Amino acid sequence: MNIYKADVVIVGGGGSGLRAAIAVAQSDPSLKIALVSKVYPMRSHTVSAEGGAAGVKRDDDNYDLHFHDTVGGGDWLCEQDVVEYFVQQAPIELTQLEHWGCPWSRTPEGKVNVRPFGGMKIERTWFAADKSGFHILHTLFQTSIQFPSIKRFDEHFCVDILEEDGRCQGIVAVEMATGEFTMIQGKSVIVATGGAGRIFRESTLGGIVTGDTQGAVFRHGVALRDMEFVQYHPTCMPITGLLFTEACRGEGGYLVNKDGYRYLQDYGLGPIGDKPKNKYMELGPRDRLSQSFYFEMQKGRVFEDPVLGKHVHLDLRHLGKERLHERLPLICEMAETFLGIDPATQPIPVRPAVHYTMGGIATDNKCETTLRGLYAIGECSNVGLHGANRLGSNSLTELVVFGKLAGDEAAKTAKSVGFGNTDSLHKQAEAIEKRVTAFKAQTGGKERVATIRKEMVQTMEDGCGIYRVHDTMQTTCDKLAELRERFKNVELDDKSSVWNTDWLTAIELDYQLDVAQAIAYSAINRKESRGAHQRLDGYEQRDDVNFLKHSDAFYVQGALPRIQYADVKITKSQPAARVYGAAGEKADAERKASHV
Amino acid sequence: MSEQKFIEIEVLRYKPESDEAPHSEVYKVPFTDDMSVLQGAQYIKDNFDGSLTYRWSCRMAICGSCGMMINGVPKLSCETFIRDYYPNRITIEALAHFPIEKDLVVDLSGFIEKLESVQPYIIPAEKRSLDQGEYIQTPAQVQDYMQFTSCINCTLCYAACPQFGLNPDFIGPGAMALLHRYNMDSRDGGAEQRMELVASEEGVFNCSAVGYCSEVCPKHVDPANAVNINKTNAAKDYFLRFLSPKGGAK
Repeated sequence: MNIYKADVVIVGGGGSGLRAAIAVAQSDPSLKIALVSKVYPMRSHTVSAEGGAAGVKRDDDNYDLHFHDTVGGGDWLCEQDVVEYFVQQAPIELTQLEHWGCPWSRTPEGKVNVRPFGGMKIERTWFAADKSGFHILHTLFQTSIQFPSIKRFDEHFCVDILEEDGRCQGIVAVEMATGEFTMIQGKSVIVATGGAGRIFRESTLGGIVTGDTQGAVFRHGVALRDMEFVQYHPTCMPITGLLFTEACRGEGGYLVNKDGYRYLQDYGLGPIGDKPKNKYMELGPRDRLSQSFYFEMQKGRVFEDPVLGKHVHLDLRHLGKERLHERLPLICEMAETFLGIDPATQPIPVRPAVHYTMGGIATDNKCETTLRGLYAIGECSNVGLHGANRLGSNSLTELVVFGKLAGDEAAKTAKSVGFGNTDSLHKQAEAIEKRVTAFKAQTGGKERVATIRKEMVQTMEDGCGIYRVHDTMQTTCDKLAELRERFKNVELDDKSSVWNTDWLTAIELDYQLDVAQAIAYSAINRKESRGAHQRLDGYEQRDDVNFLKHSDAFYVQGALPRIQYADVKITKSQPAARVYGAAGEKADAERKASHV
Repeated sequence: MSEQKFIEIEVLRYKPESDEAPHSEVYKVPFTDDMSVLQGAQYIKDNFDGSLTYRWSCRMAICGSCGMMINGVPKLSCETFIRDYYPNRITIEALAHFPIEKDLVVDLSGFIEKLESVQPYIIPAEKRSLDQGEYIQTPAQVQDYMQFTSCINCTLCYAACPQFGLNPDFIGPGAMALLHRYNMDSRDGGAEQRMELVASEEGVFNCSAVGYCSEVCPKHVDPANAVNINKTNAAKDYFLRFLSPKGGAK
């Protein structure tokens, strides 16, 4: 086993990991940084984000409005001090990206332009056409290259973290090209490994969005928080789940059912105005839009196709070819390539698919977990920004705001503590190597990784979908227990060392099953409906008396996860009815009136 | 229900620990019309042989992972469809001109070094603090470089470039497009610093103007154009060095 020492170890080379690495490098060039990623950083899933990043920009906008949109959008499960910090830092960090070269779309005068997005009262989404995540990621990756203190471990797979004396002191990684193990000892560790959406069947997500590092951290006793809140994005390609950005609706797209009817007006999002209006109709939040699809389906008002299945139409035709190609070029390309459709002349078939995990590794408002020295940022984490439902375009901003914060904090920590005992960490690392290598040696089992994974993603979709009831959630819990058992009988096809992805996906799956349990048990125990967690079995209402709380799932070896509840930090927004459309406007007016 | 269709996929396999040389294996894969070649490979891995190895992630032609030679042409396998080859056999191989690490996975470390060598970051023409806000850049100024920002680093252009095949040190189309992207950005003042590399032995003059790189580019970056413009720039720079008493030019 190789040993490498760094002051700060960062796992994950997407938007937040890169931002954190740059923050450490800028705060003190003498600090050594190890940036570990299972793919080359520019392949990270940040690359697929399309719509844009939220930050106050216009004169008629302010922090307070962004705060209230976010907290209301999250159905009051947000940590409000975190949201306050976030909205204030957002414009600074997005401007920083501009200085680093991010090609934000511009106004005719050359200033950064903003577009409307779902659940946002004022236009505040900074965008780079419809490839915002791609441009942010490449900008950060390319910018990071100028810092010699960042040592990258590309295509290195993190198999576990190291813990001693109550502190996180490094990680163990496998170089994928050789199968060699490296212990990377650190004074502080930042986990920035993305979400867990691939635990579900139909998703917008890349194959790397597996959630395995969340599983590793979970096993070290750190809580996975609010895991039941899984975002279904309303406009995805049937079958593949590929995403058609919310910017399609921001630019003025319609959602229509098989009768050509803009059905969202039936679900508290209307009335239809003569032009698109923020927080109305198609510019409502994602959870509400996906839930409306579900009811349209129940009413038999969606399209049915032998190949594409049940879907509705995203109609962009009235926007005209020119605007579509300027503002939504990737969408046009994808519709053409994957569906043979020109959005300028034909509506696009869409349906909801899993897009984002609001839950994640629980951290305090400085991104540190209960395991000292361990920080978590981005989609893998739960700092309390999104609550029960994330607003589109808040997550790209989250990457840079909390990437910067965690980088600064981890740097401070690294300067205040020394390296731990390398020998005893090395012994731990060897035990980890032995444990994960054992998968390869296992013979005689009849199970395949692919089969268990397929059954896992299906049962998660069945039990933890847009609407949930106790019995199917229980079936999912039982199924996961069965899969946990059957996993012991996996035999790999590939027992080699070089690029053994069969083995690496087995390590992933082992952790994913734990994360899946955290999701399912958090869901079955939340006996209310809030944001993206909606029940149809007698718990249809939000219950602030019993459940204005975070659910914290804790790992228990050989047993089911333990679910505990923690208070939500409320600073200036008391829970209220979460309403959009005309009702939302009325509620806003009342809130304003009560403040004067 | 229509009858299940099958496609033959011939895969160039190579396991460095046990194979002396790459060899072909043929798989008969059931498919539907919406299936990509990548999904064909995934079907093989999940159902026939878990040791089949390839890179992939986003499935939407933006992460740049899944490039391979498909019937001899460098393509992203996620946006290449099986139906377009049926009923003929599909052959998939690792990207040309790169050393194979295993099956369809090639060694990209050389490419990454090139990408790093072009100083692909803003070297500010004029410093600006964050509280001064953004740099002003008109839509027309954005258009000057925007096309060259679209490179997804998939390296298809390297697999297409005969000169890179002959001389692996050639900086190549993708990295040169990225260099050009920063040179053309109104916020950047680093063009002069980057010129040394452009005109160097590994630089643009290796290019024999075949143009196949631009043809295979899935994002229409037109790297051949970036290389061409920099040939002109380097030639100008070279002559100006002779003419200018200060021995350099902007």
